Amino acid sequence: MQTLAEWRTVQPVNGAMVPRLFRLTDRRQDTADTFTMMLEPTDGAALSFIPGQFTMLSAFGVGEVPISVSGAAHVAGPLQHTVRDVGAVTHALARTSVGQVLGVRGPYGTGWDVADGAGGDVVLVAGGIGLAPLRPAVLEVLTHRQRYGKVVVLYGTRSPEDLLFADELKGWENQGVEVLVTVDYGTPSWTGRVGLVTTLIARAGFDPRSTLALVCGPEIMMRFTAGALIERGVRPDRVRVSLERNMRCGVGLCGHCQYRELFVCLDGPVLAYDRVAGLLGVREL
Amino acid sequence: MRTIEQYLPDHPFFAGLDAPALALVAGCATNVSFAAGDFLFREGEPADQFFVVRRGRVAIEVHGPAAGTMVVDTVDAGDVVGWSWLVAPYRWLFDARAVEATGAVAFDGQCLRGKCDQDPRLGYDLMKLVTQVMFGRLVAARLRLLDLYGSTGSTDANPG
Repeated sequence: MQTLAEWRTVQPVNGAMVPRLFRLTDRRQDTADTFTMMLEPTDGAALSFIPGQFTMLSAFGVGEVPISVSGAAHVAGPLQHTVRDVGAVTHALARTSVGQVLGVRGPYGTGWDVADGAGGDVVLVAGGIGLAPLRPAVLEVLTHRQRYGKVVVLYGTRSPEDLLFADELKGWENQGVEVLVTVDYGTPSWTGRVGLVTTLIARAGFDPRSTLALVCGPEIMMRFTAGALIERGVRPDRVRVSLERNMRCGVGLCGHCQYRELFVCLDGPVLAYDRVAGLLGVREL
Repeated sequence: MRTIEQYLPDHPFFAGLDAPALALVAGCATNVSFAAGDFLFREGEPADQFFVVRRGRVAIEVHGPAAGTMVVDTVDAGDVVGWSWLVAPYRWLFDARAVEATGAVAFDGQCLRGKCDQDPRLGYDLMKLVTQVMFGRLVAARLRLLDLYGSTGSTDANPG
């Protein structure tokens, strides 16, 4: 891993704060508060990224937010971002009409490097909107399905109405992925599971000795999930989590996302669990 | 289908019980089945059983005037349903409904309590098993109380 000083010697920061222009070409409402934007560059030059990376999305005149890419990498098509409407900027993004232009900086940060799981099993554990940053990793695995053993997606969310990519989950099952879903609560019409996502880990069919586990969700969920994975026998250095911190510049200059010795925008967002396990328990860090 | 005596030793819930203890427990057990929609038990009824689910799914439900009926947990094959048989006044606090065709081993709570009273070692071993599962459910319930996936606490700088 490069240090920040080493990174600065090889990455010019001039122009790093200038967004490229992308046009919203389509929009899908996924749940009551979450939507997916399809963005095309106005200059025609596609944005290349690896699964797990994020961009800084600008709603001009309102502000910028870090949002992970939720679409497939290395394939033609629009840049996809799945966004939850929770504040001023994301609300402005939610109100953006098809045809309007947004700003995009990046991509930034580390990726899932799911290819490290080739030859073994891959377990992807998502909580809530955490499925969106994991989706590119799932699609990457499906593109090269024969390289992997068992592939398992464990997904926990608030209620059946909050399920992201519900139709796609069925498609993944048809492509040889074991998909287990649970919700925090349901109504009697819900015939699926109700309970914590960690309870799915014992039920899933994977060999912990050969497993690469990718975890994305609220930090408390990731802590307990990593613990359950390790208890089942997955090596801590084979568990990866995607951290979220207050980001501003995205390029390691402002320090908003500093996490003791780490800059989440540069060293993360995806980090090996054994590297951050000690930090996650530190209060007020 | 295997007999109860054959099934119990392989079940993770009963891991740790020796053969004589398993035989005592099995003596209080019967196989039961439920069609989808059947209730294993209803809130307020005497809690005189607990169940080890062999196949299917059971929803633990609670009913309120505003929210209607809510499913607060589900129990799948291999899991255990029902603690109230062990805690006075031995009345169910929730409904348990079979979501799909469900097979289970039902344990007579009064029978088990009697055997535990007579054999405190069996009672202690059984209590340790029950406590382990109850502990897991308590941790899960506490975490879900945090509403981790809700929008509270999410901001634009950290949109969740």
